[in-house]
Amino acid sequence: MKYLELTIGAALVNNFVLSRFLGICPFLGVSKRLDTAMGMSGAVIFVMTLASAATAAVYNYLLKFTFRGVAYDLGFLQILLFILIIAALVQVIEIVLQKLSPKLYQALGIYLPLITTNCAVLGAATLNFKGGRGVLDATLFGCFSGVGFALALLLFASIREKLELASPPKAMEGTPIALVTAGILAMAFSGFAGLC
Amino acid sequence: MDIMLGTVAVDWKLVAAAVALMAGGGLLLGLIIGVVARCFRVVGDSRVDLVTELLPGANCGGCGKAGCRDFAKSVVSGENPPGKCPVSTREQVSAIALALGVEVGEIVPKKAVVRCSGNLFTSDRVAYYKGINKCSSAMLVGGGPKLCRYGCLGMGDCARKCPFGAIEIINNLAVIHEELCIGCGRCAAVCPRGVIAIVPAAAHVHVFCNSPEKGAQKRQVCRSACLGCGKCVRKDPEKFELTAGLAKVKYDAAELPDMETIEAVGCPTGALATTERHRLAAKKEAAVK
Repeated sequence: MKYLELTIGAALVNNFVLSRFLGICPFLGVSKRLDTAMGMSGAVIFVMTLASAATAAVYNYLLKFTFRGVAYDLGFLQILLFILIIAALVQVIEIVLQKLSPKLYQALGIYLPLITTNCAVLGAATLNFKGGRGVLDATLFGCFSGVGFALALLLFASIREKLELASPPKAMEGTPIALVTAGILAMAFSGFAGLC
Repeated sequence: MDIMLGTVAVDWKLVAAAVALMAGGGLLLGLIIGVVARCFRVVGDSRVDLVTELLPGANCGGCGKAGCRDFAKSVVSGENPPGKCPVSTREQVSAIALALGVEVGEIVPKKAVVRCSGNLFTSDRVAYYKGINKCSSAMLVGGGPKLCRYGCLGMGDCARKCPFGAIEIINNLAVIHEELCIGCGRCAAVCPRGVIAIVPAAAHVHVFCNSPEKGAQKRQVCRSACLGCGKCVRKDPEKFELTAGLAKVKYDAAELPDMETIEAVGCPTGALATTERHRLAAKKEAAVK
């Protein structure tokens, strides 16, 4: 049951984009074409998984400690520290990928640095912290949150490609009709609410 | 160990721990990045950096690449000419060409030409199309309302896409205003039938037909199509060529056809024309009706 909540719950029920409204910026920004959406989705899953693992390790072993008999709780530093860690992590991954796997580097391309401090990535880290999850659970949650984001983005991108063919009223063309569509999509996703 | 700062109690040990953690963490991560960057350094092409610097840096994606750096890479590898950047001015493009040792003279100004002259009155349609007024939508309904499968659908996908307002739809036919067109090619990319071609701007005479079908078949559906009679090729084989029932202007020939060539050839359907004549012809039909 716990794992069901961590996987299906993160991907569908509490979908990052459509029910938590995190990561809206790439959701609207790179959803015009399906191929760019795919690149972005891959990058988000990748970074979210790794960032969740790294931040979980940090809050589990670094933020609460006892030194010379005095207990310290540095939980208030979480956001600051998480941003620092995620940014450094992405930077390191980018450098290593460029050397070891130019193909993957090409595929993730510009999206990797773009989502460094994306709110969905940071959101996964803070939600893990709030839930007090261990490293393994947190990584699982991060991974499936990324999958949920990818699902929403790919769905939305394919709808938007079809939307190009329609002719809405002049005032609704472009972003307005896309936002209305996103709202309807979010309503559809609320149907998953009773799942777990 | 609380120390009073005004009315606020400050736990100095906690502050010290927080500062130490952030400073230590920052230093450590910085060190790691530095070491990794040194160990995994990829010696890139320095020309890519040079071109990136010369580009506008808007990362608009107008060239079809993901950002300016990606475009710079494709320019260095020879995949794209520097002029493909829609934002750069001509001076910036020549600066890039100069830096790469590509000759500036290679940048030929381009222009779009709609290779169809079948307007509302000269071409026939198979049905009335009353759907969404877009070429891309009309194409989905049995390939569009026109009997000719190659001609302009005239619903203005290209005109809406053109950032310079250089395309006008007259009597269901897209026509180009030459003085406004800079040959960016967005119209050609959006046209579902590929009617629009990008040609050298120096050329003023074109064959306004795109259909590779036989002349007799074309004649049944359109009165302004190129019939492939070969009159122009016989008159001036240097400037024209005939492929599969369709005459074409040799755009890479030393001498391009002009008004005098049109007069001399005497094209029976008027498919051979200047861009201006093409536009006026579309208007004239309206006056007749």
